[in-house]
Amino acid sequence: MIDIPVTLYRNMKNLPSEHLLGGGTPMCAGCGGLEALNQVYDIVGDKSVFVNAAGCMTLLSVYPYTPFRGSWIYTAMGSAPAGAQGVRDALDILLDKNRIGNEDDMEVVVLTGDGSAYGMGMSATSGTLDRDLDYLYLCYDNEGYGNTGQQFSAATPHGAKTATSKGPHGYPGFKKDLFEIWAAHKPAYVATIIGAEPVDLARKIEKAMSMKGPRMLIALSPCPTGWDFDPKETVNIGKLAVKTGIWPLKEYVDGKIIHTKIPRERKPVEDYLKLQGRFKHLFEPQRDDELINEIQQRVDRYWEDVS
Amino acid sequence: MTRLLLTGNAAAAWGARLAATDYIPAFPITPQTEIIEALANWIDHNEMDARMVTLESEHSMITAAGTAAATGVRVFSATSSQGLLYGMEMLYTVAGWRAPFVLANVSRGLAAPITLEPDHNDIVAARDCGFLQIHCATCQEVLDNTLIAFRLAEDERIRLPVIVNLDGFYLSFTREPVELPDAAQAKTFVADFDAENIRFRASSPVSQAVAVLGGTPYSYFRYQTHLAAQNGLTVYAELCDEFNQQFGRQYAAIENYRADDAELVFVMMGCFATKAKEAVDQLREAGWAIGLLRPRLLRPLPKEDFARLLAGKQAVAVVDQNLSMGMGGVLHSELATSLYGQSDAPQHLLSFVGGLGGRDISTEEFFAMADAMKQAVSSGQTPPTRLLYSDNEFKEIRKLQAIAKVQNETNGEPR
Repeated sequence: MIDIPVTLYRNMKNLPSEHLLGGGTPMCAGCGGLEALNQVYDIVGDKSVFVNAAGCMTLLSVYPYTPFRGSWIYTAMGSAPAGAQGVRDALDILLDKNRIGNEDDMEVVVLTGDGSAYGMGMSATSGTLDRDLDYLYLCYDNEGYGNTGQQFSAATPHGAKTATSKGPHGYPGFKKDLFEIWAAHKPAYVATIIGAEPVDLARKIEKAMSMKGPRMLIALSPCPTGWDFDPKETVNIGKLAVKTGIWPLKEYVDGKIIHTKIPRERKPVEDYLKLQGRFKHLFEPQRDDELINEIQQRVDRYWEDVS
Repeated sequence: MTRLLLTGNAAAAWGARLAATDYIPAFPITPQTEIIEALANWIDHNEMDARMVTLESEHSMITAAGTAAATGVRVFSATSSQGLLYGMEMLYTVAGWRAPFVLANVSRGLAAPITLEPDHNDIVAARDCGFLQIHCATCQEVLDNTLIAFRLAEDERIRLPVIVNLDGFYLSFTREPVELPDAAQAKTFVADFDAENIRFRASSPVSQAVAVLGGTPYSYFRYQTHLAAQNGLTVYAELCDEFNQQFGRQYAAIENYRADDAELVFVMMGCFATKAKEAVDQLREAGWAIGLLRPRLLRPLPKEDFARLLAGKQAVAVVDQNLSMGMGGVLHSELATSLYGQSDAPQHLLSFVGGLGGRDISTEEFFAMADAMKQAVSSGQTPPTRLLYSDNEFKEIRKLQAIAKVQNETNGEPR
């Protein structure tokens, strides 16, 4: 029996030491989405074409500059997955008809924010899942329409203050469970990731890259400008999102959901909330215990069901 | 040479097949659906070496058409009406990518009220998006111009997507004898797809359709698209001559029907123009010096051809099968733009709106429009835009309103 290594990425030392993505992009300092994309791109590699939807990352490629060593196309807010369909199908046709060799094939990667993924682009995404499209989808989820100044989206968590939910209780809705929606389509792979947990992230991208079919990734992306925190806290807030259990790291594969990093002792959610200006109204001028408890209980209930 | 009885839809499908299309992103919509059904059937029976994918909307369909073309394959797609509008954001977007492909639009009126029947409001809404537009009036023209459209789109002086437009029902579902070009000859005419520098290859990475900051690069790329679209006039003329040499059928940006020695001229797009031809023939027999011009190209607009062909005419009646609310007929304003300030331009440019939602335009109405031209000439007065509607239709709508228990208001009635 041959001992096949499960992963190249056992610990931080195994991660790529040089980044593929160029620097100097116009993303905000401390952008959690860029943090995740940097790590994802290192493993996906430059034999790739990124199909982008309207969002913060549209500004990665502004004529005549791009940080990508591979290829890129900007589509529109609602149809990046359909754009990936056209690229993938065209590459397959070129391969089938011997008009390009395998060396010119590419991984097709959709890159959208939560505004597109949770809302306008959902029908196009669902369509690619029906059609079992062979592609990777990376959603950088900063829990609001960040590029337009952080209005609430379907990804905004309950109680968060946004540019369109400035009332005393913040956003009245609840974050839509995109993981479950995507997983309900039974695609090849769905995973949650976060830039602050690079080994977990690397393993998941590695696994996704070994598969065919739709491989869907949601990266919680701490957003200094939208969530109102000091950019140096991005990694810390990311780690707390995992340690408090607010952002469960998990994957859907072969019909099963597996949690890849179960916090042994969950920290209280307020450790995560209190670092962010968007939740400041939960603590000042006076503590809103009711809302904090409500958020805590929702997290607790989630983990009760995780064996 | 094969002669077949084909519907306009089947002719469009044959055009895509004979052009050796690689990829067909699709979405069904009446009255276009027969096109994608025909293509799907051929692909399923190995009669056509193409891949077809049914998207979940026209917005996605046009996106996929654009990205596939931008990756470097030959793409054909088809839609109608609401579908064209649902994809409108992407029509503008993919045209800016300069990735060539061909889209058949089977014209149908727009909601509201919702209808299945034809007029040109869908296609004129796509007037400014960067797609070139070829408007057809016969099934033969649909097939031939689909082949020409691929060459036009892919020409290095253009590199823009092209819409081939045919009228729903009247053309899409009407069988006409069509000469089927020999497959090998058609393939030679269309030639292999050359992606040029618009393509994705791992060995030569590119960023396409990137953002710009500021009006300077934005204006540059927009002007480039406009100038490329204008090249369509020259290239279409060249391609029509080449097509004629190979297949023996001549097309031009404007069809000139008995207009050379005419004093009065109808101007119309699409297959309803064949009704105008019938009226022209009858009026000619009655001694009228009358003719018809039918633009095949709406984009680019053959302004100079219009000015030349209409120079010295006494009056022109533009019959628009579309209605720009609060303005009138779109083709009429396009003609006015083409003719204004030209020496020897006709004094009277009359505007009629008719044929909306499949409403027929009768020969008698063409006679009335001819008469209106004559009266304008004799009185020196150009009448305002007229919305074609008969007394019988008024009676009919009153009956429907009675059933619907609508109280008639006298204000703002079309008359």
